[in-house]
Amino acid sequence: MSSLEIAIRFASLFGAVAFVLGLHFMNSPATARRGNQLSAAGMFVAIVAALVGVSAGQDGAAMNPTRWTVLIVGSLIGGGYGLWTARTVKMTAMPELVSLFNALGGGAAALIAITDYHLNTNQPAGTATATVLDIIIGGVTFSGSLLAAAKLRGRFSDPISFPGARFVSGVVALVAVGGSAWVLAGAHNDFVLLAVVLAALLFGVLMVLPIGGADMPVVISLLNAFTGTAVAMAGFVLGSVILVVAGALVGASGSILTKLMADAMNRSVLNIIAGGFGTGAVGVVAPTGGGLVRSIAVDDAALQMAYAQKVIIVPGYGLAAAQAQHECRELGEVLESLGIEVSYAIHPVAGRMPGHMNVLLAEANVPYDQLREMDDVNSEFERTDVALVVGANDVTNPAARRPGNVVSGMPILDVDKAKSIIVIKRSMASGYAGIDNELYTDPKTSMLFTDAKKGLAALVSAVKTVVG
Amino acid sequence: MTGSFVGDMTIFVLALLVGFEVISKVPATLHTPLMSGANSIHGVVLVGVIILSSYVDGVVGYTLTFIAAVFAAANVVGGYVVTDRMLHMFKKRPAPVLPDKDAS
Repeated sequence: MSSLEIAIRFASLFGAVAFVLGLHFMNSPATARRGNQLSAAGMFVAIVAALVGVSAGQDGAAMNPTRWTVLIVGSLIGGGYGLWTARTVKMTAMPELVSLFNALGGGAAALIAITDYHLNTNQPAGTATATVLDIIIGGVTFSGSLLAAAKLRGRFSDPISFPGARFVSGVVALVAVGGSAWVLAGAHNDFVLLAVVLAALLFGVLMVLPIGGADMPVVISLLNAFTGTAVAMAGFVLGSVILVVAGALVGASGSILTKLMADAMNRSVLNIIAGGFGTGAVGVVAPTGGGLVRSIAVDDAALQMAYAQKVIIVPGYGLAAAQAQHECRELGEVLESLGIEVSYAIHPVAGRMPGHMNVLLAEANVPYDQLREMDDVNSEFERTDVALVVGANDVTNPAARRPGNVVSGMPILDVDKAKSIIVIKRSMASGYAGIDNELYTDPKTSMLFTDAKKGLAALVSAVKTVVG
Repeated sequence: MTGSFVGDMTIFVLALLVGFEVISKVPATLHTPLMSGANSIHGVVLVGVIILSSYVDGVVGYTLTFIAAVFAAANVVGGYVVTDRMLHMFKKRPAPVLPDKDAS
């Protein structure tokens, strides 16, 4: 091994270590930014090392002007597009962007395997296995993530199923498996591989199509895990250790988040992928009569909060949908200026991707020490004067503590333990689990029937008037 | 090739375990930046494209490599920049400003 080769290996090692430490520093908001910068530095070193490696002719690499042009022009276009998108994207659109990057990473990984197969007529068995896995996982990720991004943007967001969908999926799976077996058997044919690629792309579409908008946090996490695995497989194909390590890290991260999200929604990953009741569509229904639900005027709600000592705000998907995070922060600030203790209780699936609500509130300048996780904040509801629920539904339903209903066993925020509860909601429509929320009929609860953004803005000015 | 395959597999499994260990400690507050950060890390696929470009040939090969380079570079640059932008927004509560006694 030449000394240059050794230097390149060490540079890769540095990259891998930087990735791990970068993720490690994500364990606290205070160090997370440094972690990401360390990870970026590792990436930079790994890329430079790879460039030095190929230009020095490592492992029989032979760069020529055409190859350099393809690589550099492609990277500049892609890099420019990435930079522009990352600078301009709105934080509410983060789930779409993450999904898009999953598609790009998975697509690039699949393209590596496709190109390598196209160039090498006799691949060793180990490489052929990785090639097939890379193409299938990468292909599914590519089309699935693009469709997920479209769904997150509000297109085709309802679950779409058609008669015979299972049959079509079966045929597609059969083509993928058959084609893969052909490739693994060592027969080289670009058209067979093309069939596998098309089958994988189609399978990605068929997988995401029947999934509802509300299940997106799970789907995004799962596709993230897929991308990592595809990149690791590309590492196997090319014999590149850094790709294997980085891919495995992302695979692990995606898997953990998938599991956490599915648990927080009280559903199994399989159930979500198979397409269940998760439509996420909430119809606007008039408040049901019966006298059990108490509605409240803005002024009274403001009065209650202005004279409280401790207020917990419970933001949910509805808050993000109404883009009301700035009004929410404003209310928090007004209350704090009155000496009231304010915090935000955030359920793991609030928002459209894992942790999304935290980012939206952080963007609205809510300090992160006010953002409290479910397990940490639940014990505090008992000594809370007012819990203000904005756009959260199923995750506050006390029925989850009892067996025998669809939300049974789902981890919830113990909002009902607060001394009084105010719910801002447009109507009595049920959440996506489709059952009534017992919190709303609790005698301690009053409902403020309005849109989240208008309701919060009205509360802010009403609180200001109350304290004059 | 078999030897290096087993070696790569070993590294894959160990990295997976390290990943589980490190990531399970990330608080829910940071799950979006975590996922976005993981997103940037799989941008390492650009290293793969660099290696691929060193032996690619033919019109089909060049075209596919070009597309792969666009995808991978967009992924790695965009991923890190947006994660940094996001983490920049996570701020601690500002230290309380003491009222200025001399004023008024």
